[in-house]
Amino acid sequence: MPPAPLLQVEGVTLQYQTEKHLVTATYRVSFDVYGADRFVVLGPSGCGKSTLLKAVGGYMMPTEGSMRLKGRPIREPGADRVFVFQEFDQLLPWKTVKQNVIFALESSGKLRGKAAETQAMRYIEKVNLAKFANAYPHTLSGGMKQRVAIARALAMEPDVLMMDEPFAALDALTRRKMQEELLQLWGETRFTVLFVTHSIPEAVLIGNRILLLSPHPGQVKGELNSDGSDTADPVSGRKLSDRIHQLLFADRIEEQEIVHHG
Amino acid sequence: MAETHIGAAQWAAAPPVRPEYLRETVASGDIGVVQKPLTLWQQLVNQAWLRKTFILLVIAVAWELYARQLNNALLVPTFFATLEAFWTGIADGEILQKVANSVQLLLKGYALGLVLALIFSALAMMSRIGNDLLETLTSAFNPLPAIALLPLALIWFGLGDLSIIFVLVHSVLWAVALNTHSGFRSVSNTLRMVGRNYGLKGVRYIAKILIPAAFPSILTGLKIGWAFAWRTLIAAELVFGVSSGKGGLGWYIYENKNMLDIPAVFAGLFTVILIGLIVENFIFRNIEAATVRKWGMQS
Repeated sequence: MPPAPLLQVEGVTLQYQTEKHLVTATYRVSFDVYGADRFVVLGPSGCGKSTLLKAVGGYMMPTEGSMRLKGRPIREPGADRVFVFQEFDQLLPWKTVKQNVIFALESSGKLRGKAAETQAMRYIEKVNLAKFANAYPHTLSGGMKQRVAIARALAMEPDVLMMDEPFAALDALTRRKMQEELLQLWGETRFTVLFVTHSIPEAVLIGNRILLLSPHPGQVKGELNSDGSDTADPVSGRKLSDRIHQLLFADRIEEQEIVHHG
Repeated sequence: MAETHIGAAQWAAAPPVRPEYLRETVASGDIGVVQKPLTLWQQLVNQAWLRKTFILLVIAVAWELYARQLNNALLVPTFFATLEAFWTGIADGEILQKVANSVQLLLKGYALGLVLALIFSALAMMSRIGNDLLETLTSAFNPLPAIALLPLALIWFGLGDLSIIFVLVHSVLWAVALNTHSGFRSVSNTLRMVGRNYGLKGVRYIAKILIPAAFPSILTGLKIGWAFAWRTLIAAELVFGVSSGKGGLGWYIYENKNMLDIPAVFAGLFTVILIGLIVENFIFRNIEAATVRKWGMQS
């Protein structure tokens, strides 16, 4: 018997209101995430992937469908799903690196006092920032800030680590390094991560399972497996990144045709 | 065909082929750090307090010269006559006593105003009706000069500290609440989501996320509130004399005007200014250095 999925998303339709419109971000999206998955949600901009992540985070309710974590329905934000956002301002500027991690542990009621401090330092060391434990965020580079955010999230030992394009605002070299570090951390602690990105190479490198979403509104196009190497598929003879590109690019051509004919 | 376009001729030419090269860089330790100490003059000019003291000195000199030329102590006493009156007031303890009376009253009104402002802004963040309440009240009461409420306050609370505290609260509350509220609203969405992610709600969310994140605007509100309170207090004492038995700085100014002791009137005003400068340059400056500057939220 296969193990039960950790996170079950079933037929989720997400809608939000702007000033004048009711926008459907995703339409009947379903997927299952299992323990220790590096589950990547990949799609072009406008496919509602970030909205989907926010919904799993409990920040918005689906108009249709259900989301369950360990069998319990998701109703509100909670420390069992910890976020790493794209923005650098996710660190509290009034707290040092160490205080930021301790803040997370204490606010959520997970650990207190000495135990919280030990746990914080353990994960700050894991992301190689022990030397900067007492530095304030504004003195750190973008890559270092993201590493603090990752340390803060991992220290919580959440059921699912939620990453919303965490490396998108970094320069190419730093991004590359951070991706490798993340994989290394995963090798050490085997956390479950739900990772949103619009970069095909990043998805192929990070994910072991890739969910493809089509845009306007986001719908599931398929789920692919990746071993991170992007080698040619023995059956079709094509590389994974090329297959994904084809699947997502086909939409673009259709879109252009619609513009032409419309 | 002749080339008529210079641009086209340039574009057509291929760039010259240059040989590639690679170099060994010098180890950073071998480059001596070149650094030169600033001259004494440059160091002095870099001190903000020194520059500001200089401005004050220029004003004092201009005052002294003008007053001497005018030669009418009833209109404008000289700077030195004012200093002398100030010194006499300090020496016989009268000014210090008045300052103590005023500041004591001021702190009570200020503190109460801050607490109420915080409660109003917190309510405004927790519910839409609280938000509407704060917005309506601030737009209605903020333009109303606190001193205009003093006659009413005297009827309601009688001659005493209570009516002064009432108008002080009114002058502090709306300015601080307005700034705190706008500070809360401009807290980045990411920080809000981080707070909720770690399970913060209600009062804990406001105390641990909103207040520190909005601290730059809160601090501005505190400064404005302080200035409003000071003005209101002095004005109240000036207009209604000794409404609280002992009398403060405003009363000191009023009393000396009646006795035509104009240098003492100037000394009273001078004290008001001095306290303003001390509060701004020592208290608020230090709060800023220990908070928003240290956190990199304000340069």
